[in-house]
Amino acid sequence: MAKKILSGTLLDEQVHFSLTEFCQVCSSKTEWVVELVDEGILEPSGGKSSRWSFPGNSVSKAQRARRLQHDLEINLAGVALVLDLLDEIEMLRSRISQEV
Amino acid sequence: MDYKDYYKIVGVKRDASQQEIKRAYKKLARKFHPDVSKEADAEARFKTLGEAYAVLKDPEKRAAYDELGANWKAGQEFRPPPDWGSGFEFSGSGMHPGDAGAYSDFFESLFGQGMGPQTNTGTQHGFHAHGEDHHAKVLIDLEDAYNGASRAVGLRTPELDKSGHVITKERTLNVKIPKGVRRGQKIRLAGQGSAGHGNGKAGDLYLEIDFRPHRFYRPDGKDVYIDLPLTPWEAALGATVKVPTPDGPVDMKIPAGTSSDQKLRLKGRGIPGSPPGDIYVVAKLTLPPANSDAEKEFYEKMQQELPYNPRGHLED
Repeated sequence: MAKKILSGTLLDEQVHFSLTEFCQVCSSKTEWVVELVDEGILEPSGGKSSRWSFPGNSVSKAQRARRLQHDLEINLAGVALVLDLLDEIEMLRSRISQEV
Repeated sequence: MDYKDYYKIVGVKRDASQQEIKRAYKKLARKFHPDVSKEADAEARFKTLGEAYAVLKDPEKRAAYDELGANWKAGQEFRPPPDWGSGFEFSGSGMHPGDAGAYSDFFESLFGQGMGPQTNTGTQHGFHAHGEDHHAKVLIDLEDAYNGASRAVGLRTPELDKSGHVITKERTLNVKIPKGVRRGQKIRLAGQGSAGHGNGKAGDLYLEIDFRPHRFYRPDGKDVYIDLPLTPWEAALGATVKVPTPDGPVDMKIPAGTSSDQKLRLKGRGIPGSPPGDIYVVAKLTLPPANSDAEKEFYEKMQQELPYNPRGHLED
């Protein structure tokens, strides 16, 4: 049986979402997204919140933030720190793997 | 169905206080959180841990669980005693349909399906709730990122059937892998997650890209690394060497005086994009063996005729 091939959206930096679209994609409240921006977890371009533009890779960042916040009961400042440290570990890991 | 030793999972004694249980749980939760841990089974362990804690943190459920007795061994075939659970009243909140299958059969046989977790969804409130999002990994070859491809992705989704039992539904989706994808990027398939509740929309499916390990290519972001073994004379005198790339082999110029571990860049030959990544060819100097007499003689001749001290900088 020939099956249909589904095309999704690749969430890379070529894709951009407005604040409303972003909240829809993440199924989250606007206030929560604004908090993520205030905490520096998400860095949309565009200045004013009505003109914010979120690159595609923000989606998985927001999802990770939500899981950490709920599962481990960390506040957003803590989540921001965890995400920064995880990024750094990831970067160091990939550096090690390039040196083998 | 297997018996689960919740005390062992949380790592506490059977007579541990609620405080001790909480502390032990929190420590392990941080360790095995799937967003933090790199262990392959982190997600499964985190789920089991959550289940164990859901029972042990609740004095009523814990007492009911203790009622089963301490003689069960983890993994032992288990059937709840017929009179078990009478006299206990559970006050757990109702389970959202999207959480079906979040806990084990063992848990559900004890506490029923209505006692499930309120997990990390956070978006399930109200009657017209969004279906749950699903996440899965898709393993592709590096070549797929160069050319684009379509891949069959097998998914196993727990769902509730008409009578409210959890069944695992298997389905296969053919998904287009766009050209230029990198490790860790996600493809969002809107509406391919769990069905919504009431008038709520279906959830989405997120596929995370990962590369199958390759014999010699090591992708890093947009760039690709490859080790290139060289002879001493190729490195010293310079040479033109054939180097494989996912786009096909290229002739690469090795400059005279190349040293080991030196990186040579093939600009724009990495994963496609705007701008595309690069390939880094890492020179690896190798020595011909000195086994035969003739080979040894040749090395001795070099020793005499090439005054060379690689350890000059270690001397006073």
